[in-house]
Amino acid sequence: MTAISNPLKRRPKYAAAVSTMRPHWTVYAVLAVFLIASVFPFYWSFLIASGDRFTINDPNLSWWPGGNFLENAATVINNPAVNFWKALWNSIVVSTVSGISTVVLSTLAGYAFAKLRFKGSGPLLVGVIATMAVPVQLGIVPLYILMQKFGWTGSIGAVILPVLVTAFGVFWMTQYISQALPTELIEAARVDGCSMIRTFWHVGLPAARPAAAMLFLFTFVTQWNNFMWPYIVLDPQNPTLPVSLSILQANYFVDYSLVLAGVLLATVPLMLLFMFAGRQLVSGIMAGAVKG
Amino acid sequence: MTITQPPGVDTPASEPRKPAPPTFRQRLGRLDVKLSPYLYIAPFWIVFALVGLFPIIYTAVIAFQDWDLVRNTGEFTGWDNFAFVLQDREFWFSLRNTFSIFLLSSVPQVIVATVIAAMLDKNIRSKTFWRMGVLLPYVVAPVAVALIFSNMFGDRYGLVNSVLGDFGIDPIAWHVDIIPSHIAIATMVNFRWTGYNALILLAAMQAIPRDLYEAAAIDGAGTWRRFFSVTLPQIRPTMIFVIITSTIGGLQIFDEPRMYDTNGQGGSNHQWETITLYLYKTGWGEFNFGRAAAVAWLLFIIIVAIGLLNFAVTQRLIATDTMAKKSKNLKKVTK
Repeated sequence: MTAISNPLKRRPKYAAAVSTMRPHWTVYAVLAVFLIASVFPFYWSFLIASGDRFTINDPNLSWWPGGNFLENAATVINNPAVNFWKALWNSIVVSTVSGISTVVLSTLAGYAFAKLRFKGSGPLLVGVIATMAVPVQLGIVPLYILMQKFGWTGSIGAVILPVLVTAFGVFWMTQYISQALPTELIEAARVDGCSMIRTFWHVGLPAARPAAAMLFLFTFVTQWNNFMWPYIVLDPQNPTLPVSLSILQANYFVDYSLVLAGVLLATVPLMLLFMFAGRQLVSGIMAGAVKG
Repeated sequence: MTITQPPGVDTPASEPRKPAPPTFRQRLGRLDVKLSPYLYIAPFWIVFALVGLFPIIYTAVIAFQDWDLVRNTGEFTGWDNFAFVLQDREFWFSLRNTFSIFLLSSVPQVIVATVIAAMLDKNIRSKTFWRMGVLLPYVVAPVAVALIFSNMFGDRYGLVNSVLGDFGIDPIAWHVDIIPSHIAIATMVNFRWTGYNALILLAAMQAIPRDLYEAAAIDGAGTWRRFFSVTLPQIRPTMIFVIITSTIGGLQIFDEPRMYDTNGQGGSNHQWETITLYLYKTGWGEFNFGRAAAVAWLLFIIIVAIGLLNFAVTQRLIATDTMAKKSKNLKKVTK
């Protein structure tokens, strides 16, 4: 018992074992089953996509992929209705622009809310949090009318504008900066004669970098996968990848080897991103959970 | 003052023994301090006013109008749109489907996510590998997930039916029957979000002080007892967060039912039509914007109502839980 009241002394063996013991093999078994369930649908898609139009109906489906994947992928890419390259480019532009803009504008606003004193900052922050709870669909009809008035329907500007900055981003950066950036640093910069914007640039921004990177990743992934609004506002001639997938399904509904080849093609870029940045994504989700 | 004053700046010379009037730079500095915060938060509010606030207010206006798409104006019609929607059987079908899919996705999801989080919370090898592994489905677009799963759940030759056939179970009409179609769509949602929620719950579990487990172990609590008596009560706030966010997301489900078959109309008999899909069909299928706006408001009211209900229920759960604990302690004391 003394060991517990005094953590410096050695703890009893059994109690210490609770948190340092290697787990039973069943733990790995459960995790492995879950992991296989997470990966299997993609492998199965690859099996179908590497076959031909009859593969999906084959009752004795081989667990080894066929050799037609590249051919099927080429068919999808070269189909003029799918507009694959344009969709890929649009998706890259939408995700990157909204990612950068969300990070910059959210960091600015988050810095102001977290560290600067100004009249009405409290109610304004509450306003930001309140806007997070409002579902997107609530304003979708007038948003469409607005884009028609601008003459933007069919262009990716209509997709980017609503997500230039999000309430979630502002809230996220406010939370992070308020605890990660010591106010003394800002005061020091001010005493040394930095203007407000230089203080932000040289003190606020560097401190916010880790959270900014995560916010960029989240915004990127969310916008890459966003479907409903682009589907409504864009033309089939100028789609993003999810929109072009819906066209693909409508075009090839008899040949699922082509549909699933297109699905895998559209998924590859994010898989690559995940390989490089998955670790950051994981820690971002976990950090957000503790604070939120 | 005059020494620090930079050359070339034209300011009135300060007289001795009088409070010096602020120099141009000082005034600029003060303006900088006062205005900067507003300038920094302005971009967010401008964007929000344009694409958030204005559309929300305008939705309320349009919902009471018969909107003319060609002239882009409306005619006031009172509660007609709401009355029509509330008398439309399709609306009630989609309400039923939305709730059914939501329950089928959120309940198993939270349970499985908690189990996976508990496994990840153990002192396992290669933690990062497993954590990344469970998150993988999250980065895949719902549209892609929907296309994959709608084929796995194919009615005639689908993988699921052929596996079921191996066990001697008759093929299920996933794209015809109501509940099977809801299960298939809920599976897509679960596939994408379970790992994500598991990581959120894992973060909450890691914040639990390890001493609690050690104390419980010394008191003789086994693995299961520790999980139910230490882990679960400690992660309850995070669990509420997960449940509420999945409610808000689940009631707005669109991508999966839209892509579940090639028509995207929610089934020949509205078997898997959801409210958001109904909103889309009203707005961009029939091009009746007034009615679509009314649907949007109804959806919003439903989400708020469910959110409040959620909140009340979870609050009560916490309250009864602490009451139970207190009465237990009382018993211990009286013994």
